[in-house]
Amino acid sequence: MNLYELTMQQAHRLLSEKEVSSQELTAAVIDRIKTVDEKTNAYITVAEKTAMEEARLADKIISEGNTLPLTGIPIAIKDLICTEGIRTTCASKILENFIPPYDAAVIKKLKNEGAVIVGKVNMDEFAMGSSTEHSSMKLTHNPWDLERIPGGSSGGAAVAVAADMCLGSLGSDTGGSIRQPASHCGVVGMKPTYGRVSRFGLVAFASSLDQIGPLTKNVRDCAMLMKVISGYDPSDSTSVPKDVPDYTLLFQDGLKGITVGIPKEYQSTKGLNPEVSAAIKSAVRTIEAIGADCIEVSLPHVEYAVAAYYVIASSEASSNLARYDGVKYGFRDKGNGNLLGMYRSTRSKGFGTEVQRRIIIGTYCLSAGYYDAYYKKASQVRTLIMEDFSRAFKTCHVILSPVAPTPAFKIGEKYDDPLTMYLSDIFTLSANLAGIPGMSIPCGFSSEGLPIGLQIMGNHFNEEVMFKVAHNFEKATDFHIQKPVL
Amino acid sequence: MIFESVIGLEVHAQLKTNTKIFCSCSTTFGASPNTHTCPVCLGMPGVLPVLNKKVVEYTLRMAVATHCQITPESRFARKNYFYPDLPKGYQISQYELPLAENGFIDIEINGNKKRIGITRIHMEEDAGKLSHNPAWSYSMIDFNRTGVPLIEIVSEPDMRSAEEAVAYLKQLRSLVRYLGICDGNMEEGSFRCDANVSIMPKGSQTLGTRTELKNINSFKNIEKALLFEINRQKETIHDSARIILETRLWDPEKNRTLSMRGKEEAHDYRYFPDPDLLPLVVDNQWINAIKAALPELPDEKKERFVREYSLSPYDAGILTSTRELADYFENCLKIFPRSKPVSNWITGALLGLLNAEGKPVSESPVSAQNLAALLKLIDEGTISGKIAKTVFEEMARSGKSPGEIVEEKGLVQVADFSVIEAVVSSVLDRCPNEVKAYKQGKSKLLGFFVGRVMQETGGKANPKIVNQVLKEKLES
Repeated sequence: MNLYELTMQQAHRLLSEKEVSSQELTAAVIDRIKTVDEKTNAYITVAEKTAMEEARLADKIISEGNTLPLTGIPIAIKDLICTEGIRTTCASKILENFIPPYDAAVIKKLKNEGAVIVGKVNMDEFAMGSSTEHSSMKLTHNPWDLERIPGGSSGGAAVAVAADMCLGSLGSDTGGSIRQPASHCGVVGMKPTYGRVSRFGLVAFASSLDQIGPLTKNVRDCAMLMKVISGYDPSDSTSVPKDVPDYTLLFQDGLKGITVGIPKEYQSTKGLNPEVSAAIKSAVRTIEAIGADCIEVSLPHVEYAVAAYYVIASSEASSNLARYDGVKYGFRDKGNGNLLGMYRSTRSKGFGTEVQRRIIIGTYCLSAGYYDAYYKKASQVRTLIMEDFSRAFKTCHVILSPVAPTPAFKIGEKYDDPLTMYLSDIFTLSANLAGIPGMSIPCGFSSEGLPIGLQIMGNHFNEEVMFKVAHNFEKATDFHIQKPVL
Repeated sequence: MIFESVIGLEVHAQLKTNTKIFCSCSTTFGASPNTHTCPVCLGMPGVLPVLNKKVVEYTLRMAVATHCQITPESRFARKNYFYPDLPKGYQISQYELPLAENGFIDIEINGNKKRIGITRIHMEEDAGKLSHNPAWSYSMIDFNRTGVPLIEIVSEPDMRSAEEAVAYLKQLRSLVRYLGICDGNMEEGSFRCDANVSIMPKGSQTLGTRTELKNINSFKNIEKALLFEINRQKETIHDSARIILETRLWDPEKNRTLSMRGKEEAHDYRYFPDPDLLPLVVDNQWINAIKAALPELPDEKKERFVREYSLSPYDAGILTSTRELADYFENCLKIFPRSKPVSNWITGALLGLLNAEGKPVSESPVSAQNLAALLKLIDEGTISGKIAKTVFEEMARSGKSPGEIVEEKGLVQVADFSVIEAVVSSVLDRCPNEVKAYKQGKSKLLGFFVGRVMQETGGKANPKIVNQVLKEKLES
């Protein structure tokens, strides 16, 4: 077995037992990137030098017997999580050369554990997109079929895990940006409860929806990473002061006493691919077979989720992205030389079309005379969706659904059709609107051999029960072990 | 037609907290450009604001002192606009649900009380400072001020004259100073004011079209700007023209207001609740703690001074104009407990001195202890009132105690009968004509003799005794 193929848990054991060093492991991962990433284009920046230094440091910690679960483990980071001294581009021309003088809160946590930051991975510009095609840096390919998109916006993070170019990665999820690429690339991805993980240092897309989460090769690795990145951070007022359980210790066999809810609204969703539908149905049967009870639940307002989401997310984005004005850092184009001309030219040339589209939508929704009809109405819909979920969670522990309506589509297929593209997130957006955790685990393959993901959603701060269901499903299946051939 | 002016004021007061509203950078004024900055106040990617509790505490003090209703769950909102001094492209402020609403303060106009409504008080962050120079092909930005906490105090359109507006502003400034939350320095910009002005026929219930005046940076300018604008509006209507809803800039050089932007060019700030900050919850326990710790406020203090020290409302008003001056007065009374002379000396000699030197009472060269000691010397008859003025001047110059000065310069009053008798005899001997005239009924000449005696004794003779001795001698 090659070192880069290890799961985090396997690597941790080998490192603690000093059978391999972090330097060997990290070198193997970097070598793997050099070998295969020319096909997939997952990495924007490979931080080889600092990664090797961190690996040396990790080996020292290990030799002193202070090994922590992530010590010496090579991790990839989505390129909108700030890394001190390592370029953080948000896959945008406007931040092409931005090197943050600070680490995001999650990066500090990884470093405190002695983890190795391998590099920064590709995404849709400012996390706006579902295919990673909207990156101004490069085009990332799905390792299962290089003609296809990897999903997005955390496409690079999913590909890096799927193609063994890191042992685990951190992405961010505003409307499905971790779960959907995880599903398309056949890896595990979790969007935690809003407030579980500090957003400090995560470049904001839509502040009330954004959440950082892990993408990993299996459920246990996901729990390992979650344990480290979770927890209250006084520098993020929206993070919640709540104890973080050791998720890995909670893994129990069997699902007796667990009730899973199947939303009836999702079964008739237009555009739901029959192979995806079949894979989900089969997954539900498996979960029932392990001992869970299955009931139908209703989420009457989720049909409005896409509309509400695009109003809220775009409104917040239009304000969050105002700081990229050419004045203080990042790209600047003088334009006609006066202030307004500089603003216009900088933002027209610095942002890609999808980002500009959302800034315009958001600006419109917040404008005087339109606010009540759009932003305010969308916020009200959001409250109704939240209530739908809390009602449903009175009768079940988790809710199961597809992650995406189809397996990964072809590159270019939906690029010029934003509305169809927006529907890729139809099953995932609601969790962000409601602030609840959502997870994608591999649950099958299409006839073309493309991975299909199962979404598990839980109530606020109830990631444990999701892990329990996911872990048991994983034990009963082998989808997560299959690898793309590169 | 007789017109009445209608004025409402928006005051921005910079809070005196040690650190900024959403990060821990220093708020100290005058540091080298961009040294009091961090990724948060510079609006770098991915950073988040964390509310400074002290800012809420200071705002609550003001809210309680102005009898406002406190919003149990207030919200921060983003005010979106592009400008180079605004690093995030939005200002964090409050819009719907400000921290405090519906309060009032009382002002006094010609001895009559008038109540001015406070619409709202909210918290927000200050912007940076731009420097332009015609010689440069660029502008410079100093972000030290970015994120310095401000409160905005919005009044109801309750003022009917420039005089009332100035009285309101002075009262407001006195309040923020008493509360210890703001310097109240208009010239340095820690206390800024915009005015909404309109006119309407006297007795009318319908407000006229208003203009907003900006860039008024001293009390003198407020009055001038308001008077100019009221007059301009009257003339406009006289000329059968319409007042336009617009923002006008006060030009202190040319003493006039100029149109800055009309309604069409008004910004659409696209306010929405800031998703990075949670609703701010203020419970009764907190409000009660603020109330309990509130100092005595100017109005209460003034009333107490009138009641307790039998001062005129006017004198009490002057003495309570700042907390420091009121403390000075009461410190004097601790040593010399006679309110009338203490009040006279403070409102007269002391304030005269401080005004001349442009110093606040906290930097007075004459301490309260020394002033009280001086009054004690007068009262005991050690020095005369006239000599006391000389001693006061010397105290102001050297900062020495009055006892020291009196001793050094030999200014002790002469109260010895025999010494005064000798001087009186010698003066009368040298003025036979005046003595004669006096005895023939020109009693006004007594003053002349007193003057001569005082002159001969270098002003040190006790005037009471001089009078007594002179009368005895002249009428014997």
